[in-house]
Amino acid sequence: MRKLKSVNDFVVKFANVNGSGSASANHMFAKAIFRMGIPVSPRNIFPSNIQGLPTWYEVRVSSKGYLGRRGGVDLMVCVNPQSMAQDIKEVDSGGYFIYDSTKPLDIRLMRDDITFMGIPFTKICMREFKNARQQQLFKNVVYVGALAALLDLDFAVLKDLVGDQFKGKEKLIAPNVHAMELGYQYALENFSCPLDIRVERGGNIAPHILEFDHILMDGNTATALGAIYGGATVAAWYPITPSTSVVDAFGKYAQRMRIDPGSGKKNYAIVQAEDELSAMGMVIGACWNGARAFTATSGPGLSLMSEFLGLAYFAEVPAVLVDVQRAGPSTGMPTRNQQSDILAAAYASHGDTKHILLFPATPRECFDMAVEAFDLSERLQTPVIMLSDLDLGMNDWMSPPLEWDDDYHLDRGKLLNAEALEKAEQFGRYLDVDGDGICYRTLPGTHPEKGAFFTRGSSRDEYAVYTESGEEYVKNVDRLLRKFETAKQYVPEPKIKLAKTNKKDKKGNKLGAIFFGTTASPSYEALEDLAEEGVSIDTMRLRAFPFNRDVDDFINSHDKVFVIEQNRDGQMRRLIINECEIPPGKLVPILEYSGTPITARSIAQDIRQSLSTGGATVTTLHPELA
Amino acid sequence: MTYIKPNFRHPNLPVNDLGYRKSDYEGSISTLCAGCGHDSISTAIIDACFESCIEPHRIAKLSGIGCSSKTPTYFLGKSHGFNSVHGRMPSVATGANLANRELTYIGVSGDGDSASIGMGQFVHVVRRNLNMLYIVENNGCYGLTKGQDSATADVGSVSKSGNTNAFEPIDLVSTALQMGATFVGRSFSGDKDQLEPLIKAALAHKGFALIDVISPCVTFNNHEGSTKNYRRTREDVEAMPLDFVPMREEIKATYSEGTTKEVCMHDGSVIHLHKANVDFDVHDRVGALSAIQRCKEQGRILTGLLYMDPDSEDFHVALDTVNKPLSRLSEKELCPGSKVLDSINDGLR
Repeated sequence: MRKLKSVNDFVVKFANVNGSGSASANHMFAKAIFRMGIPVSPRNIFPSNIQGLPTWYEVRVSSKGYLGRRGGVDLMVCVNPQSMAQDIKEVDSGGYFIYDSTKPLDIRLMRDDITFMGIPFTKICMREFKNARQQQLFKNVVYVGALAALLDLDFAVLKDLVGDQFKGKEKLIAPNVHAMELGYQYALENFSCPLDIRVERGGNIAPHILEFDHILMDGNTATALGAIYGGATVAAWYPITPSTSVVDAFGKYAQRMRIDPGSGKKNYAIVQAEDELSAMGMVIGACWNGARAFTATSGPGLSLMSEFLGLAYFAEVPAVLVDVQRAGPSTGMPTRNQQSDILAAAYASHGDTKHILLFPATPRECFDMAVEAFDLSERLQTPVIMLSDLDLGMNDWMSPPLEWDDDYHLDRGKLLNAEALEKAEQFGRYLDVDGDGICYRTLPGTHPEKGAFFTRGSSRDEYAVYTESGEEYVKNVDRLLRKFETAKQYVPEPKIKLAKTNKKDKKGNKLGAIFFGTTASPSYEALEDLAEEGVSIDTMRLRAFPFNRDVDDFINSHDKVFVIEQNRDGQMRRLIINECEIPPGKLVPILEYSGTPITARSIAQDIRQSLSTGGATVTTLHPELA
Repeated sequence: MTYIKPNFRHPNLPVNDLGYRKSDYEGSISTLCAGCGHDSISTAIIDACFESCIEPHRIAKLSGIGCSSKTPTYFLGKSHGFNSVHGRMPSVATGANLANRELTYIGVSGDGDSASIGMGQFVHVVRRNLNMLYIVENNGCYGLTKGQDSATADVGSVSKSGNTNAFEPIDLVSTALQMGATFVGRSFSGDKDQLEPLIKAALAHKGFALIDVISPCVTFNNHEGSTKNYRRTREDVEAMPLDFVPMREEIKATYSEGTTKEVCMHDGSVIHLHKANVDFDVHDRVGALSAIQRCKEQGRILTGLLYMDPDSEDFHVALDTVNKPLSRLSEKELCPGSKVLDSINDGLR
């Protein structure tokens, strides 16, 4: 049998039962590899359930620093008999399957092209630990110990991690280390360690990875930190997976960093609202009154907030909304990944509305863009929606460290204080004094005589006075359009990377690819693989909507452009077609919408297929898209 | 009705302690139907704010959607206003109040806005004890869409189109009491003597103050079959007269013994409750609820101050926020800086 061989390039997947305490053990495994200086990207693939259902944890190790999913599994650790049949099938030929051999394996499930390695986790734990809870929990730690021997992990690093994890609960350290040693010893005694797939410190790590002293953090935590640094004082929200940890983390950091030293009171307010409508209303009220406020939600919440988003767009009130996307529509798959709120967010609400969107691709970008979202929404006096997703928000990503410039100042936009109002000859809330579509605003309570106005969702003139004059209405909504044009110069520009060689494909097409958010990592990887096969594709990573001129230019300078995204309908492709002056036919959708994050392998395969058949892609079910 | 509001004001109009004239508290001319009860409420708000000596620009007025929600345009023209989304004023007011706790917040809503589409937000803003005056201009019908029954219409009340309402009304006052409201009053738009001091007392209250004002709709709900027409409301009201004496004023009026009860507020202001047919303790939530219910059973509408908790602590106290408005915190107070971020990075390695 051919066995997979690799140093620092493989995928390990853990098949667990949720609620069984596997998460922290799995995390420790990933973090140990990270601390050894080897690029790693862990992913939690979990059910919408608290206890008892199958859950997986996939750890990708990549010397080149690819952080997206590769596809396939080299080593499966199976602790869940419920999913065993499927888990065995999923292992790549030549791979390894580790299972709990306390009970014999069902012979019908055996494959002869992978290596089965039984370790009696349950038996070991029954023998070594007294109470039932420990017998359950330590199974997870035993397999991490066994993996340390099999994959050549530095045991000292693991021991340090146990120490970190149980800081303050020191009596738990010894039994955890003991459990880890049990697994380690068992593997050493029963298998030839290490396996042909293994890790190695410093082994062929890509130079761009070595450049930074990386951190390992999830996007939601980074987003929350961005809200802290961006000066948010009001967070109003309603619990919803996968965005809940944004506000949780905001609260955690605020408790540490936002306590007034004099009074011990809070320099912030977090409100768990009665629903998402209310959460958005609170954000709008707070921003109207001069605070920086935000909410975090996911698809269903975005739907509920739509009416308010239209109000904020039309009445020109700043607001920041973080949408950590999940698989819809409706309840959909609440714990599975998609990028499927693009259109709903871009045009949220009735009437002619559009919104500023930001597409972070890394935790570092979640942090930077969260700060930027507050600036943009005040500069442009309109809602800004940051579209993250479950994969980015809830998984740990290796990232260059977060950076902060102490010379940065909040951009409050065109905001008149009492002094400015005193000097102003006349104030019209919706007077476009500068011709950029952005007018001057005032806050309640600023000046006794000047600057008061009525904010409303109904039509008004330049002085904020109610009117149903068609002429005034048109003047106003046209100005909003002008403002949206102005936005193009403020939003983050797309990142364009030209292929090393500028070659056309067999049909004479110059090729490009567009992607955004968590689709970026696996796309870059897929395109590098294709480059090795001689396929040359330029890339553009979108970072914001509205699209600026670069987007039109990129598409117009290519004959065929793949739009890679994680939804069924090719929503970004449709948004581009809607907003750019480009022939739609040249945009070829490459899609993944199964709920598990898109893989480099599937992207490369779909592009290969499209290039050989001239258009047929995974979207053959949808002729209008193909 | 007139469409032009004269700019002329008598030069000797009285000024309040802050030097403002009553005209400084007025707004644009009303576009509601002539005789609408809501306009009387707007006048009561103007008078109450003038007499309470609140700087007009330190008030924020908010509303939802509907006839009632149009009224903030017609008072306090020097205040910022926010006409928000149907039934959602409470959340916007909550956000605004969180941002700046120093302003006075007046929310105006209607029976459709609060008891139907906005019922969820209404009960939750009560629970949170947001420091605001919340006025419901309650006419039992939807005016702007031409007279459909609302959720506060009484069983048996006949709408203008001739339909008899079969559904139990939602009593916002009782609901608010059950949700823990700390100041609850009911009044009638035709009883300015009662409404105005009630508004003044509500403005002085620290926490959520609800005033449900029966305000007949002259156009769609003022016919004989309606239980909320002017005539029946006048007849059915069981009014408890009251006066409000702010803390800074000496108590001048004298009442004969046994006819008046004094209710002290947290800031030293005093509400004088005059003898009424219905007697109960305004500090007793259960007593208030049963008095309301007893009156209802007799076909009477109990108005006046129904409940007040003088020790009320508002939402900011529950959240333990700083005294300074969150909107005025400096960058230094908000942004932890690069050194802290470096240490966070270290913790993530």
